[in-house]
Amino acid sequence: MKYMMMMHTPRGTGDYQVGQWSPEDFKAHIAFMHSYNKELMDGGEWVDGQGLAAPGEARLVRAGKDGAPVTDGPFPEAKEFLAGYWIVDVDSPERAYELAAKASAAPGPGGTPLNMAIEVRQVMSGPPKDA
Amino acid sequence: MDATLQHLLRDLAPQVLGAVARRHGDFAAAEDAVQEALIAAALQWPASGVPANPRGWLYHVALRRITDHLRSDLARRRREETVAGELWAEWAFVPPPDVEVGVDADDTLVLLFMCCHPALTPASAIALTLRAVGGLTTAQIANAFLVPEATMAQRISRAKAGIKASGVPFSMPEGAERAGRLGAVLHVLYLVFNEGYTSSTGATLQRPDLADEAIRLSRAVHALLPEDGEVAGLLALMLLTDARRAARTGPGGELIPMDEQDRSLWNPALIAEGVALVSAALSRGAVGAYQLQAAIAAVHDEAARAEDTDWPQILALYQVLERISDNPMVSLNRAIAAAMVHGPRAGLELVAALDGDARIAGHYRLDAVRAHLHERAGDPARAIAHYRAAAERTASTPERDYLTLKAARLAAEQREKPGAGD
Repeated sequence: MKYMMMMHTPRGTGDYQVGQWSPEDFKAHIAFMHSYNKELMDGGEWVDGQGLAAPGEARLVRAGKDGAPVTDGPFPEAKEFLAGYWIVDVDSPERAYELAAKASAAPGPGGTPLNMAIEVRQVMSGPPKDA
Repeated sequence: MDATLQHLLRDLAPQVLGAVARRHGDFAAAEDAVQEALIAAALQWPASGVPANPRGWLYHVALRRITDHLRSDLARRRREETVAGELWAEWAFVPPPDVEVGVDADDTLVLLFMCCHPALTPASAIALTLRAVGGLTTAQIANAFLVPEATMAQRISRAKAGIKASGVPFSMPEGAERAGRLGAVLHVLYLVFNEGYTSSTGATLQRPDLADEAIRLSRAVHALLPEDGEVAGLLALMLLTDARRAARTGPGGELIPMDEQDRSLWNPALIAEGVALVSAALSRGAVGAYQLQAAIAAVHDEAARAEDTDWPQILALYQVLERISDNPMVSLNRAIAAAMVHGPRAGLELVAALDGDARIAGHYRLDAVRAHLHERAGDPARAIAHYRAAAERTASTPERDYLTLKAARLAAEQREKPGAGD
Protein backbone atom coordinates (compact mmCIF):
# COMPACT_ATOMS: atom_id res chain seq x y z
CA MET A 1 0.00 0.00 0.00
CA LYS A 2 1.22 3.46 -0.83
CA TYR A 3 1.24 6.45 1.46
CA MET A 4 2.05 10.07 0.89
CA MET A 5 3.92 11.73 3.74
CA MET A 6 3.68 15.51 3.64
CA MET A 7 6.19 17.48 5.65
CA HIS A 8 4.71 20.67 7.11
CA THR A 9 7.36 22.96 8.50
CA PRO A 10 6.98 26.10 10.56
CA ARG A 11 7.80 29.34 8.84
CA GLY A 12 10.62 31.31 10.42
CA THR A 13 11.21 35.03 10.18
CA GLY A 14 11.92 34.53 6.49
CA ASP A 15 10.37 31.79 4.40
CA TYR A 16 12.98 29.35 5.57
CA GLN A 17 13.43 28.90 9.26
CA VAL A 18 16.65 27.05 8.41
CA GLY A 19 18.07 30.33 7.12
CA GLN A 20 18.67 31.36 10.72
CA TRP A 21 20.43 28.17 11.82
CA SER A 22 24.15 27.70 12.42
CA PRO A 23 26.12 26.13 9.54
CA GLU A 24 26.76 22.94 11.58
CA ASP A 25 23.08 22.49 12.44
CA PHE A 26 22.06 23.05 8.84
CA LYS A 27 24.65 20.58 7.57
CA ALA A 28 23.51 17.95 10.09
CA HIS A 29 19.92 18.42 8.95
CA ILE A 30 20.83 17.97 5.27
CA ALA A 31 22.94 14.90 6.09
CA PHE A 32 20.01 13.40 8.00
CA MET A 33 17.65 13.89 5.04
CA HIS A 34 20.20 12.33 2.66
CA SER A 35 20.62 9.21 4.76
CA TYR A 36 16.85 9.02 5.40
CA ASN A 37 16.18 9.02 1.65
CA LYS A 38 18.94 6.50 1.03
CA GLU A 39 17.44 4.17 3.63
CA LEU A 40 14.05 4.36 1.92
CA MET A 41 15.65 3.55 -1.44
CA ASP A 42 17.86 0.77 -0.11
CA GLY A 43 14.90 -0.72 1.74
CA GLY A 44 12.75 -0.84 -1.39
CA GLU A 45 10.09 1.44 0.09
CA TRP A 46 10.85 4.61 -1.91
CA VAL A 47 8.39 5.53 -4.67
CA ASP A 48 8.92 9.26 -5.01
CA GLY A 49 10.03 12.21 -2.96
CA GLN A 50 10.45 15.87 -3.78
CA GLY A 51 11.41 19.00 -1.95
CA LEU A 52 9.29 22.01 -2.88
CA ALA A 53 10.68 25.45 -3.61
CA ALA A 54 10.08 28.11 -0.96
CA PRO A 55 6.48 29.32 -0.57
CA GLY A 56 7.34 32.94 -1.41
CA GLU A 57 6.10 32.46 -4.96
CA ALA A 58 3.21 30.13 -4.06
CA ARG A 59 -0.16 30.94 -5.62
CA LEU A 60 -3.66 29.55 -5.26
CA VAL A 61 -5.30 29.35 -8.64
CA ARG A 62 -8.99 29.10 -9.47
CA ALA A 63 -10.66 29.38 -12.84
CA GLY A 64 -12.69 32.57 -13.24
CA LYS A 65 -16.08 32.67 -14.96
CA ASP A 66 -14.39 32.73 -18.36
CA GLY A 67 -12.07 29.86 -17.43
CA ALA A 68 -9.02 32.12 -17.22
CA PRO A 69 -6.77 31.64 -14.16
CA VAL A 70 -7.42 33.86 -11.15
CA THR A 71 -4.46 33.79 -8.79
CA ASP A 72 -4.30 34.56 -5.11
CA GLY A 73 -1.20 34.75 -2.92
CA PRO A 74 1.56 34.64 -1.85
CA PHE A 75 0.54 34.13 1.77
CA PRO A 76 3.09 35.63 4.14
CA GLU A 77 0.75 35.20 7.12
CA ALA A 78 0.72 31.38 6.87
CA LYS A 79 2.31 29.78 9.95
CA GLU A 80 3.33 26.53 8.25
CA PHE A 81 4.04 25.45 4.73
CA LEU A 82 4.48 22.22 2.78
CA ALA A 83 8.25 21.81 2.42
CA GLY A 84 8.24 18.52 0.57
CA TYR A 85 6.70 15.08 0.36
CA TRP A 86 7.53 11.40 0.02
CA ILE A 87 5.49 8.58 -1.45
CA VAL A 88 6.42 5.24 0.10
CA ASP A 89 5.23 1.74 -0.64
CA VAL A 90 4.92 -0.14 2.66
CA ASP A 91 3.26 -3.24 4.09
CA SER A 92 1.13 -1.53 6.71
CA PRO A 93 -0.10 1.86 7.84
CA GLU A 94 1.96 1.36 11.01
CA ARG A 95 5.13 1.23 8.94
CA ALA A 96 4.15 4.50 7.24
CA TYR A 97 3.63 6.12 10.66
CA GLU A 98 6.98 4.78 11.80
CA LEU A 99 8.73 6.29 8.77
CA ALA A 100 6.87 9.57 9.22
CA ALA A 101 7.90 9.76 12.87
CA LYS A 102 11.51 9.29 11.88
CA ALA A 103 11.34 12.15 9.37
CA SER A 104 9.50 14.27 11.94
CA ALA A 105 12.44 13.93 14.33
CA ALA A 106 14.96 15.38 11.83
CA PRO A 107 17.56 17.38 13.77
CA GLY A 108 17.11 21.12 14.19
CA PRO A 109 19.20 23.77 15.99
CA GLY A 110 21.60 22.19 18.48
CA GLY A 111 20.64 18.74 17.19
CA THR A 112 17.26 18.91 18.95
CA PRO A 113 14.56 16.96 17.05
CA LEU A 114 12.27 19.32 15.15
CA ASN A 115 9.19 17.09 15.61
CA MET A 116 7.64 18.53 12.48
CA ALA A 117 4.04 17.64 11.58
CA ILE A 118 4.02 14.96 8.89
CA GLU A 119 0.61 14.40 7.34
CA VAL A 120 0.22 10.75 6.28
CA ARG A 121 -2.40 9.93 3.63
CA GLN A 122 -2.99 6.69 1.79
CA VAL A 123 -2.66 6.93 -1.98
CA MET A 124 -5.75 5.44 -3.65
CA SER A 125 -5.15 2.37 -5.76
CA GLY A 126 -6.69 0.83 -8.88
CA PRO A 127 -9.66 -1.52 -8.80
CA PRO A 128 -9.40 -4.34 -6.23
CA LYS A 129 -8.29 -7.80 -7.35
CA ASP A 130 -11.07 -10.21 -8.34
CA ALA A 131 -11.83 -12.66 -5.56
CA MET B 1 24.08 -7.84 -24.34
CA ASP B 2 27.65 -6.72 -23.71
CA ALA B 3 28.72 -3.09 -23.72
CA THR B 4 30.65 -3.30 -27.02
CA LEU B 5 27.65 -4.63 -28.88
CA GLN B 6 25.39 -2.08 -27.22
CA HIS B 7 27.73 0.71 -28.33
CA LEU B 8 27.89 -0.63 -31.86
CA LEU B 9 24.10 -0.80 -32.15
CA ARG B 10 23.65 2.68 -30.75
CA ASP B 11 26.18 4.10 -33.20
CA LEU B 12 24.56 2.30 -36.13
CA ALA B 13 20.93 3.00 -35.22
CA PRO B 14 20.71 6.61 -36.44
CA GLN B 15 22.64 5.82 -39.64
CA VAL B 16 20.32 2.94 -40.47
CA LEU B 17 17.22 4.90 -39.48
CA GLY B 18 18.37 7.80 -41.66
CA ALA B 19 18.91 5.51 -44.65
CA VAL B 20 15.60 3.68 -44.22
CA ALA B 21 13.66 6.93 -43.70
CA ARG B 22 15.28 8.45 -46.80
CA ARG B 23 14.36 5.42 -48.90
CA HIS B 24 10.94 4.89 -47.46
CA GLY B 25 9.74 8.42 -46.62
CA ASP B 26 7.59 7.54 -43.61
CA PHE B 27 9.59 8.36 -40.52
CA ALA B 28 7.34 6.61 -38.00
CA ALA B 29 7.24 3.38 -40.04
CA ALA B 30 11.01 3.55 -40.54
CA GLU B 31 11.56 4.02 -36.84
CA ASP B 32 9.42 1.01 -35.93
CA ALA B 33 11.19 -1.13 -38.51
CA VAL B 34 14.67 -0.09 -37.32
CA GLN B 35 13.68 -0.82 -33.72
CA GLU B 36 12.63 -4.32 -34.80
CA ALA B 37 15.92 -4.78 -36.66
CA LEU B 38 17.87 -3.68 -33.58
CA ILE B 39 15.97 -6.13 -31.42
CA ALA B 40 16.70 -8.90 -33.93
CA ALA B 41 20.39 -7.98 -33.87
CA ALA B 42 20.51 -7.90 -30.08
CA LEU B 43 18.98 -11.37 -30.00
CA GLN B 44 20.99 -12.96 -32.81
CA TRP B 45 24.45 -11.39 -32.84
CA PRO B 46 25.63 -12.58 -29.42
CA ALA B 47 25.18 -16.18 -30.67
CA SER B 48 25.94 -15.85 -34.40
CA GLY B 49 28.65 -13.21 -34.12
CA VAL B 50 28.53 -9.69 -35.57
CA PRO B 51 28.06 -9.86 -39.37
CA ALA B 52 30.80 -8.51 -41.63
CA ASN B 53 28.65 -5.56 -42.60
CA PRO B 54 26.48 -4.88 -39.55
CA ARG B 55 25.04 -1.65 -40.95
CA GLY B 56 23.94 -3.39 -44.14
CA TRP B 57 22.46 -6.23 -42.10
CA LEU B 58 20.34 -3.85 -40.02
CA TYR B 59 19.33 -1.88 -43.11
CA HIS B 60 18.09 -4.98 -44.88
CA VAL B 61 16.26 -6.42 -41.91
CA ALA B 62 14.54 -3.06 -41.37
CA LEU B 63 13.57 -2.77 -45.04
CA ARG B 64 12.26 -6.31 -44.96
CA ARG B 65 10.12 -5.50 -41.93
CA ILE B 66 8.66 -2.52 -43.73
CA THR B 67 7.96 -4.67 -46.75
CA ASP B 68 6.33 -7.25 -44.48
CA HIS B 69 4.09 -4.60 -42.99
CA LEU B 70 3.27 -3.17 -46.41
CA ARG B 71 2.52 -6.62 -47.72
CA SER B 72 0.09 -7.42 -44.92
CA ASP B 73 -1.58 -4.03 -45.37
CA LEU B 74 -1.89 -4.64 -49.08
CA ALA B 75 -3.14 -8.15 -48.48
CA ARG B 76 -5.80 -6.83 -46.20
CA ARG B 77 -6.93 -4.26 -48.72
CA ARG B 78 -6.84 -6.34 -51.85
CA ARG B 79 -7.41 -9.76 -50.40
CA GLU B 80 -9.22 -11.09 -53.46
CA GLU B 81 -7.58 -9.53 -56.47
CA THR B 82 -3.97 -9.66 -55.34
CA VAL B 83 -1.69 -11.83 -57.36
CA ALA B 84 0.99 -13.34 -55.18
CA GLY B 85 3.67 -12.68 -57.79
CA GLU B 86 2.99 -8.99 -57.70
CA LEU B 87 3.80 -8.90 -54.05
CA TRP B 88 6.85 -11.01 -54.34
CA ALA B 89 8.10 -8.68 -57.03
CA GLU B 90 8.35 -6.05 -54.37
CA TRP B 91 10.71 -8.25 -52.45
CA ALA B 92 13.02 -8.30 -55.40
CA PHE B 93 13.75 -4.61 -54.92
CA VAL B 94 15.48 -5.35 -51.68
CA PRO B 95 19.10 -6.08 -52.51
CA PRO B 96 20.73 -9.08 -50.87
CA PRO B 97 22.52 -8.42 -47.57
CA ASP B 98 26.07 -8.62 -48.92
CA VAL B 99 25.63 -5.69 -51.30
CA GLU B 100 27.00 -2.42 -49.91
CA VAL B 101 24.05 -0.09 -49.41
CA GLY B 102 23.67 3.64 -49.73
CA VAL B 103 23.95 4.30 -46.03
CA ASP B 104 25.90 7.48 -45.67
CA ALA B 105 26.82 9.47 -42.63
CA ASP B 106 24.88 12.51 -43.82
CA ASP B 107 21.69 10.60 -43.08
CA THR B 108 22.48 10.91 -39.38
CA LEU B 109 22.65 14.65 -39.83
CA VAL B 110 19.38 14.79 -41.75
CA LEU B 111 17.82 12.73 -38.98
CA LEU B 112 19.07 15.17 -36.35
CA PHE B 113 17.78 18.10 -38.39
CA MET B 114 14.40 16.44 -38.57
CA CYS B 115 14.24 15.63 -34.85
CA CYS B 116 15.10 19.24 -33.99
CA HIS B 117 12.48 20.73 -36.27
CA PRO B 118 11.24 24.10 -34.99
CA ALA B 119 7.62 22.84 -35.16
CA LEU B 120 8.43 20.68 -32.11
CA THR B 121 8.65 21.97 -28.55
CA PRO B 122 12.13 21.67 -27.01
CA ALA B 123 10.93 18.85 -24.74
CA SER B 124 9.63 16.88 -27.75
CA ALA B 125 12.72 17.58 -29.82
CA ILE B 126 14.96 16.39 -26.98
CA ALA B 127 12.97 13.19 -26.47
CA LEU B 128 12.89 12.39 -30.18
CA THR B 129 16.59 13.13 -30.64
CA LEU B 130 17.59 10.85 -27.77
CA ARG B 131 15.35 8.11 -29.08
CA ALA B 132 16.01 8.31 -32.83
CA VAL B 133 19.59 9.58 -32.95
CA GLY B 134 20.86 8.61 -29.51
CA GLY B 135 19.31 5.15 -29.65
CA LEU B 136 18.14 5.29 -26.02
CA THR B 137 15.01 3.33 -25.16
CA THR B 138 11.86 5.14 -24.10
CA ALA B 139 12.31 3.72 -20.59
CA GLN B 140 15.87 5.09 -20.39
CA ILE B 141 14.80 8.55 -21.54
CA ALA B 142 11.88 8.56 -19.09
CA ASN B 143 14.26 7.57 -16.33
CA ALA B 144 16.70 10.32 -17.28
CA PHE B 145 14.02 13.00 -17.05
CA LEU B 146 12.32 11.42 -14.02
CA VAL B 147 8.92 11.14 -15.69
CA PRO B 148 6.80 7.97 -16.01
CA GLU B 149 7.57 5.84 -19.05
CA ALA B 150 4.00 6.21 -20.39
CA THR B 151 4.40 10.00 -20.32
CA MET B 152 7.65 9.83 -22.27
CA ALA B 153 6.19 7.34 -24.77
CA GLN B 154 3.34 9.79 -25.37
CA ARG B 155 5.75 12.71 -25.74
CA ILE B 156 7.72 10.78 -28.36
CA SER B 157 4.68 9.65 -30.32
CA ARG B 158 3.29 13.18 -30.33
CA ALA B 159 6.63 14.42 -31.62
CA LYS B 160 6.50 11.91 -34.45
CA ALA B 161 2.92 12.90 -35.26
CA GLY B 162 4.06 16.54 -35.23
CA ILE B 163 6.74 15.79 -37.80
CA LYS B 164 4.27 13.95 -39.98
CA ALA B 165 1.71 16.77 -39.73
CA SER B 166 4.30 19.43 -40.57
CA GLY B 167 5.08 17.64 -43.83
CA VAL B 168 8.84 17.99 -43.33
CA PRO B 169 10.52 16.12 -46.15
CA PHE B 170 13.37 13.79 -45.21
CA SER B 171 16.07 15.90 -46.77
CA MET B 172 18.69 18.42 -45.84
CA PRO B 173 17.31 21.96 -45.58
CA GLU B 174 19.23 24.46 -47.71
CA GLY B 175 20.75 27.90 -47.36
CA ALA B 176 19.54 30.09 -44.49
CA GLU B 177 17.11 27.41 -43.31
CA ARG B 178 19.97 24.95 -42.95
CA ALA B 179 21.92 27.39 -40.76
CA GLY B 180 18.84 28.10 -38.66
CA ARG B 181 18.12 24.42 -38.22
CA LEU B 182 21.70 23.67 -37.24
CA GLY B 183 21.22 26.31 -34.53
CA ALA B 184 18.16 24.40 -33.29
CA VAL B 185 20.13 21.12 -33.30
CA LEU B 186 22.94 22.66 -31.25
CA HIS B 187 20.44 24.17 -28.83
CA VAL B 188 18.80 20.77 -28.28
CA LEU B 189 22.19 19.16 -27.63
CA TYR B 190 23.06 22.01 -25.27
CA LEU B 191 19.79 21.46 -23.35
CA VAL B 192 20.47 17.72 -23.08
CA PHE B 193 23.93 18.45 -21.71
CA ASN B 194 22.61 20.98 -19.20
CA GLU B 195 19.90 18.62 -18.00
CA GLY B 196 22.60 16.05 -17.30
CA TYR B 197 25.03 18.51 -15.81
CA THR B 198 22.67 20.37 -13.50
CA SER B 199 20.33 17.52 -12.59
CA SER B 200 19.68 17.22 -8.89
CA THR B 201 21.21 14.43 -6.86
CA GLY B 202 19.06 11.68 -5.36
CA ALA B 203 18.63 8.69 -7.59
CA THR B 204 21.26 9.91 -10.10
CA LEU B 205 23.07 6.58 -10.07
CA GLN B 206 20.18 4.89 -11.84
CA ARG B 207 19.92 7.60 -14.48
CA PRO B 208 21.61 7.25 -17.86
CA ASP B 209 24.13 9.99 -18.21
CA LEU B 210 22.66 12.77 -20.31
CA ALA B 211 25.85 14.82 -20.25
CA ASP B 212 27.78 11.89 -21.76
CA GLU B 213 25.04 11.36 -24.32
CA ALA B 214 25.09 15.03 -25.35
CA ILE B 215 28.87 14.84 -25.77
CA ARG B 216 28.60 11.66 -27.83
CA LEU B 217 26.03 13.24 -30.16
CA SER B 218 27.99 16.48 -30.43
CA ARG B 219 31.09 14.49 -31.36
CA ALA B 220 29.06 12.83 -34.12
CA VAL B 221 27.87 16.20 -35.46
CA HIS B 222 31.41 17.58 -35.26
CA ALA B 223 32.70 14.59 -37.24
CA LEU B 224 30.10 15.31 -39.93
CA LEU B 225 30.65 19.10 -39.98
CA PRO B 226 34.30 19.49 -38.95
CA GLU B 227 34.55 22.97 -40.50
CA ASP B 228 31.67 24.47 -38.51
CA GLY B 229 33.03 26.70 -35.74
CA GLU B 230 29.92 26.68 -33.60
CA VAL B 231 29.66 22.88 -33.65
CA ALA B 232 33.29 22.71 -32.54
CA GLY B 233 32.58 25.46 -30.01
CA LEU B 234 29.64 23.60 -28.48
CA LEU B 235 31.60 20.35 -28.24
CA ALA B 236 34.52 22.22 -26.67
CA LEU B 237 32.18 23.96 -24.20
CA MET B 238 30.76 20.59 -23.12
CA LEU B 239 34.20 19.00 -22.73
CA LEU B 240 35.63 21.95 -20.82
CA THR B 241 32.61 22.04 -18.50
CA ASP B 242 32.41 18.29 -18.05
CA ALA B 243 36.12 18.22 -17.18
CA ARG B 244 35.24 19.83 -13.83
CA ARG B 245 32.42 17.42 -13.02
CA ALA B 246 34.17 15.34 -10.36
CA ALA B 247 35.17 18.46 -8.43
CA ARG B 248 31.81 20.16 -8.68
CA THR B 249 29.93 18.34 -5.92
CA GLY B 250 30.93 16.94 -2.55
CA PRO B 251 30.16 13.48 -1.14
CA GLY B 252 26.62 14.48 -0.10
CA GLY B 253 25.85 16.02 -3.50
CA GLU B 254 26.56 19.51 -2.16
CA LEU B 255 27.62 22.18 -4.61
CA ILE B 256 31.26 23.30 -4.59
CA PRO B 257 31.83 26.63 -6.36
CA MET B 258 34.65 26.81 -8.89
CA ASP B 259 37.01 28.87 -6.72
CA GLU B 260 36.83 26.21 -3.95
CA GLN B 261 37.11 23.13 -6.17
CA ASP B 262 39.99 20.67 -5.86
CA ARG B 263 41.50 21.28 -9.29
CA SER B 264 43.50 18.06 -9.16
CA LEU B 265 40.12 16.36 -9.78
CA TRP B 266 39.68 18.18 -13.09
CA ASN B 267 40.09 15.94 -16.13
CA PRO B 268 43.24 17.07 -18.01
CA ALA B 269 42.50 15.00 -21.14
CA LEU B 270 39.08 16.63 -21.60
CA ILE B 271 40.59 20.07 -20.96
CA ALA B 272 43.35 19.50 -23.54
CA GLU B 273 40.84 18.30 -26.12
CA GLY B 274 38.46 21.18 -25.46
CA VAL B 275 41.20 23.80 -25.59
CA ALA B 276 42.54 22.41 -28.88
CA LEU B 277 39.03 22.39 -30.40
CA VAL B 278 38.12 25.91 -29.41
CA SER B 279 41.53 27.33 -30.35
CA ALA B 280 41.26 25.82 -33.81
CA ALA B 281 37.69 27.10 -34.20
CA LEU B 282 38.51 30.62 -33.07
CA SER B 283 41.50 30.84 -35.41
CA ARG B 284 39.18 30.19 -38.37
CA GLY B 285 37.18 33.38 -37.76
CA ALA B 286 33.35 33.79 -37.67
CA VAL B 287 33.17 33.78 -33.88
CA GLY B 288 29.88 32.56 -32.36
CA ALA B 289 28.35 32.36 -28.91
CA TYR B 290 29.31 28.72 -28.22
CA GLN B 291 32.93 29.37 -29.16
CA LEU B 292 33.06 32.37 -26.83
CA GLN B 293 31.53 30.42 -23.95
CA ALA B 294 34.01 27.61 -24.64
CA ALA B 295 36.87 30.14 -24.67
CA ILE B 296 35.74 31.44 -21.28
CA ALA B 297 35.54 27.88 -19.90
CA ALA B 298 39.04 27.26 -21.30
CA VAL B 299 40.47 30.28 -19.47
CA HIS B 300 39.01 28.96 -16.21
CA ASP B 301 40.26 25.43 -16.87
CA GLU B 302 43.79 26.57 -17.66
CA ALA B 303 44.26 28.28 -14.28
CA ALA B 304 46.16 25.97 -11.93
CA ARG B 305 44.76 27.84 -8.91
CA ALA B 306 41.63 30.01 -8.64
CA GLU B 307 43.82 33.07 -8.01
CA ASP B 308 45.71 32.43 -11.28
CA THR B 309 42.53 32.95 -13.33
CA ASP B 310 43.04 35.45 -16.14
CA TRP B 311 39.99 37.61 -15.29
CA PRO B 312 40.84 40.48 -17.69
CA GLN B 313 40.75 37.92 -20.51
CA ILE B 314 37.40 36.53 -19.27
CA LEU B 315 35.98 40.05 -18.98
CA ALA B 316 37.03 40.81 -22.57
CA LEU B 317 35.38 37.60 -23.80
CA TYR B 318 32.14 38.41 -21.95
CA GLN B 319 32.11 41.87 -23.52
CA VAL B 320 32.25 40.32 -27.00
CA LEU B 321 29.63 37.71 -26.02
CA GLU B 322 27.33 40.41 -24.65
CA ARG B 323 27.50 42.29 -27.96
CA ILE B 324 26.42 39.29 -30.03
CA SER B 325 23.90 37.61 -27.71
CA ASP B 326 21.61 40.16 -25.98
CA ASN B 327 21.14 37.88 -22.98
CA PRO B 328 20.87 39.38 -19.48
CA MET B 329 22.53 36.27 -17.98
CA VAL B 330 25.61 37.11 -20.04
CA SER B 331 25.50 40.67 -18.69
CA LEU B 332 25.30 39.27 -15.17
CA ASN B 333 28.35 37.10 -15.78
CA ARG B 334 30.16 40.11 -17.20
CA ALA B 335 29.38 41.91 -13.92
CA ILE B 336 31.10 39.09 -12.00
CA ALA B 337 34.15 39.26 -14.26
CA ALA B 338 34.22 43.06 -13.93
CA ALA B 339 34.15 42.69 -10.15
CA MET B 340 37.16 40.37 -10.31
CA VAL B 341 39.10 42.89 -12.41
CA HIS B 342 37.92 46.26 -11.07
CA GLY B 343 36.57 45.36 -7.62
CA PRO B 344 33.16 44.44 -6.17
CA ARG B 345 31.75 47.99 -6.37
CA ALA B 346 32.17 48.01 -10.15
CA GLY B 347 30.37 44.66 -10.29
CA LEU B 348 27.51 45.89 -8.09
CA GLU B 349 26.97 48.90 -10.37
CA LEU B 350 26.63 46.63 -13.41
CA VAL B 351 24.22 44.37 -11.51
CA ALA B 352 22.11 47.40 -10.53
CA ALA B 353 21.68 48.23 -14.22
CA LEU B 354 20.01 44.81 -14.70
CA ASP B 355 17.17 45.57 -12.26
CA GLY B 356 15.43 47.39 -15.09
CA ASP B 357 15.54 44.35 -17.39
CA ALA B 358 12.21 42.53 -17.06
CA ARG B 359 13.76 39.32 -18.37
CA ILE B 360 15.95 38.94 -15.29
CA ALA B 361 14.61 41.36 -12.61
CA GLY B 362 13.72 39.40 -9.46
CA HIS B 363 15.68 36.32 -10.59
CA TYR B 364 17.46 34.61 -7.72
CA ARG B 365 20.80 34.84 -9.55
CA LEU B 366 20.76 38.61 -9.19
CA ASP B 367 20.51 38.13 -5.42
CA ALA B 368 23.17 35.41 -5.41
CA VAL B 369 25.65 37.59 -7.33
CA ARG B 370 24.87 40.63 -5.18
CA ALA B 371 25.44 38.52 -2.07
CA HIS B 372 28.88 37.41 -3.31
CA LEU B 373 29.87 40.94 -4.24
CA HIS B 374 28.69 42.44 -0.92
CA GLU B 375 30.60 39.72 0.89
CA ARG B 376 33.75 40.59 -1.04
CA ALA B 377 33.13 44.29 -0.42
CA GLY B 378 33.13 43.61 3.34
CA ASP B 379 29.40 44.19 3.91
CA PRO B 380 28.24 40.94 5.60
CA ALA B 381 24.80 42.24 6.63
CA ARG B 382 23.79 42.94 3.03
CA ALA B 383 25.49 39.74 1.86
CA ILE B 384 23.48 37.64 4.35
CA ALA B 385 20.20 39.27 3.31
CA HIS B 386 20.88 38.62 -0.38
CA TYR B 387 22.09 35.04 0.21
CA ARG B 388 18.86 34.31 2.09
CA ALA B 389 16.71 35.97 -0.58
CA ALA B 390 18.47 33.91 -3.28
CA ALA B 391 18.08 30.68 -1.27
CA GLU B 392 14.35 31.27 -1.02
CA ARG B 393 13.92 31.73 -4.76
CA THR B 394 16.10 29.04 -6.36
CA ALA B 395 14.40 25.81 -7.42
CA SER B 396 17.62 23.78 -7.20
CA THR B 397 18.12 21.88 -3.95
CA PRO B 398 21.97 21.80 -3.97
CA GLU B 399 22.04 25.49 -4.82
CA ARG B 400 19.54 26.35 -2.07
CA ASP B 401 21.62 24.41 0.43
CA TYR B 402 24.79 26.14 -0.74
CA LEU B 403 23.27 29.64 -0.49
CA THR B 404 21.68 28.89 2.91
CA LEU B 405 25.01 27.66 4.20
CA LYS B 406 26.83 30.78 2.96
CA ALA B 407 24.33 32.94 4.85
CA ALA B 408 24.63 30.76 7.96
CA ARG B 409 28.45 30.92 7.92
CA LEU B 410 28.51 34.70 7.58
CA ALA B 411 25.90 35.05 10.34
CA ALA B 412 27.93 32.77 12.63
CA GLU B 413 31.07 34.87 11.98
CA GLN B 414 29.15 38.02 12.90
CA ARG B 415 27.93 36.47 16.15
CA GLU B 416 31.45 35.43 17.13
CA LYS B 417 32.78 38.98 16.98
CA PRO B 418 30.04 41.20 18.39
CA GLY B 419 30.84 44.86 17.85
CA ALA B 420 34.16 43.94 16.24
CA GLY B 421 33.35 45.78 13.00
CA ASP B 422 36.07 47.99 11.52
